[in-house]
Amino acid sequence: MAKDITYILVFLGVLMLLALPLGHYMAQVFTGRRTFMSFIIRPFESGLYRLCRVNENEEMSWKQYSLAFLLFNAVGFMVLFLLQIVQGRLPLNPMGFGSVRWDTALNTAISFVTNTNWQAYGGETTMSYLTQMVGLTVQNFVSAAVGMAVALPLIRAFTSKLRNTIGNFWVDMTRSVLYVLLPLSIILAMLLVSQGVVQTFAPSVKAQTIEGTEQVIAVGPVASQVAIKELGSNGGGFFNANSSHPFENPTPFSNFLEMLAILLIPAALPFTFGIMVKNRRQGWAIFAAMMILFLVGLGAAFWAEWQGNPILAQSGLGSSTNMEGKEVRFGIGPSVLWGQVTTVTSNGSVNAMHDSMMPLTGLVFMFNMAIGEVIFGGVGVGLIGMLMYAILAIFLAGLMIGRTPEFLGKKLEAREMIMAVIAVIAPAMASLIFAGIAVAIPTGLSSLNNPGPHGLSEILYAFFSAAGNNGSAFAGLNANTVFYNLATGFVMLVGRSATILPALAIAGSLAMKKSVPSSSATFPTASPLFTVLLIGVVLIVGALTFFPALILGPFLEHLLIFAGRTF
Amino acid sequence: MKEFIRALLVFVVLSILTGLAYPFLITRVAQLIFPRQAKGSLLTVNGKISGSALIGQKFTNPGYFHGRPSALEKAYDASNSGGSNFGPSNSKFLEEVGQRMEKVRVTNGLGVNAPVPADLVLASGSGLDPHISVDAAMVQAPRVAKARGLRESDIRDLVQKHIEGPLFGFLGQERVNVLRLNLALDDLSRHGGQSGESKQGTGG
Repeated sequence: MAKDITYILVFLGVLMLLALPLGHYMAQVFTGRRTFMSFIIRPFESGLYRLCRVNENEEMSWKQYSLAFLLFNAVGFMVLFLLQIVQGRLPLNPMGFGSVRWDTALNTAISFVTNTNWQAYGGETTMSYLTQMVGLTVQNFVSAAVGMAVALPLIRAFTSKLRNTIGNFWVDMTRSVLYVLLPLSIILAMLLVSQGVVQTFAPSVKAQTIEGTEQVIAVGPVASQVAIKELGSNGGGFFNANSSHPFENPTPFSNFLEMLAILLIPAALPFTFGIMVKNRRQGWAIFAAMMILFLVGLGAAFWAEWQGNPILAQSGLGSSTNMEGKEVRFGIGPSVLWGQVTTVTSNGSVNAMHDSMMPLTGLVFMFNMAIGEVIFGGVGVGLIGMLMYAILAIFLAGLMIGRTPEFLGKKLEAREMIMAVIAVIAPAMASLIFAGIAVAIPTGLSSLNNPGPHGLSEILYAFFSAAGNNGSAFAGLNANTVFYNLATGFVMLVGRSATILPALAIAGSLAMKKSVPSSSATFPTASPLFTVLLIGVVLIVGALTFFPALILGPFLEHLLIFAGRTF
Repeated sequence: MKEFIRALLVFVVLSILTGLAYPFLITRVAQLIFPRQAKGSLLTVNGKISGSALIGQKFTNPGYFHGRPSALEKAYDASNSGGSNFGPSNSKFLEEVGQRMEKVRVTNGLGVNAPVPADLVLASGSGLDPHISVDAAMVQAPRVAKARGLRESDIRDLVQKHIEGPLFGFLGQERVNVLRLNLALDDLSRHGGQSGESKQGTGG
């Protein structure tokens, strides 16, 4: 236990040491200033704009920006879908995998384009190296870059006055890839290889085991994909077992690095926000709300998981620790920390099987996803989500003091409120409605791996994960059926577009407003009071929307298992 | 239409950069600087690949240390990873664990109610976990010693030597790599009980 606390403190310390300068660096990048990397990257950047006929000084309205975002995703979707269908006839396929089933390919294409990386398939048994690289790794980069890009208009809108443009999508997205994601990925990929993550184009290795049987060991260009999968809130593993697989995550040190990479950009963005809106305290106020929610959930999950399985403890297991689905090299503590990190950030990679964790641990993870991935959240979109809650919180404060709410000098009016509510409610509705359908029909239930309340948890987890664009799973659920592929695919689309499009609309309307000077009656949003209010709003919205479902799933299982009931 | 073409162009250029240039660059550099790791940390015995130091293998012989249960259809199938995904209240799972506990107690000559190390009867997430806890290794030491006709203290010493501790005192758990331990065990047997250093080369 003491070791776990040391671990968490060191982890958060290193995170802060890296997130603060990165937040600063990203603010430079996204305001178009020169950075220490510019001398290498700038030529590539200008070359890319020339090649693609992008005028980097052109400004877009929020509608043009949204159109560019949608078109880019449409192209990405079509390419990824087709690539999976025809991979059998393309090179870099040493294992000779054939065409991916249509519904799986459709689900996977949506999943990777929306930055969800929900995986209905097993990587090493389905996808060719070419598909993994040119299909999946590419989307790992660009879907993350899109997520970062679309947060920028909203940030800029607070400082721009009476403008009807919000920036240039192509420039925002390209800079995210070139200046942030690619350099970090190169560094992380090399560190991971040093730890034992494989990186090769050779086919699977055939080994003669010590006891004389044959073991086929799948390998591939893994490190390059794992690096961006963690950095870009993606989470889609090269292998079926994701980061519990020794070739994705071989040592405790690689585990530490990967967790750090998951949280790095999401934790840095509130600081970027603070710098760009010229109010650093505002960035800290939002960061503090995220960190407090993170620590509360982490505490609850730790407590639940360290209790272990009471039924196994009774039967004489040496320790009551719940090692099912966990790796010995990580142990309980770092597995729970990873679970918390990956579910708050909409990353979705796992280093242990969440399905086998204790019920209340699962409950915390589900809550993290269900509230819309705003506790740090996915790169870019997490900040957007939290700003939506911030708008709700400021509106509530405005109601209490009977004054038009203002945020950083911009009046929040009906249009902003409607959009913020859509962004908060639509993903929640989609996940609950489809979970309800899945529970009601035999096709939905036939995919379950576990009976009783845990079965409900498997279904809930799947749809919360899809709506939050997380991508982790209670993986016992066989999601590779036509029903789940289509249903989760639809929910992923809702989760992504219902966050991004309302945010762009708000950016458009805020940018057009004039800035009002703050007065003594203005609610101070860069304050601890605001942080507390923001946390309250997140918890209350989450509780009102999801507690009934969570009580029937994980909470009920918790009560019954401690009463000795099994299913 | 103009915007669509732009979308197509940007997508193609970024695909070439991140989907081809980036992974090829990483592969080239990785094979240059860390060739052993990049190829899978393969172990060779007498010139033949006998597995990867990072990937567990199935051991059933009483003269070898056994790893954790693997939930894969074919235990330790490194071409199709995964866990059991059993929930903690699943009776089928609890029954299975009960049977494994009994088997561990019988094969290692433990008492009927003796505690069993959790990792020895609970399956890993990958199905390929190369490690077991120190407890799980020590519980098996008497059986291995007996099967090999070696002194139990020698076996325990060997386990002690193979303990990988947590990095900086907090990163990771104390653990033993089962494949490396068993390779060293074969070495020990060959040298007639004098604990010699492992002769297996690494490469591939």
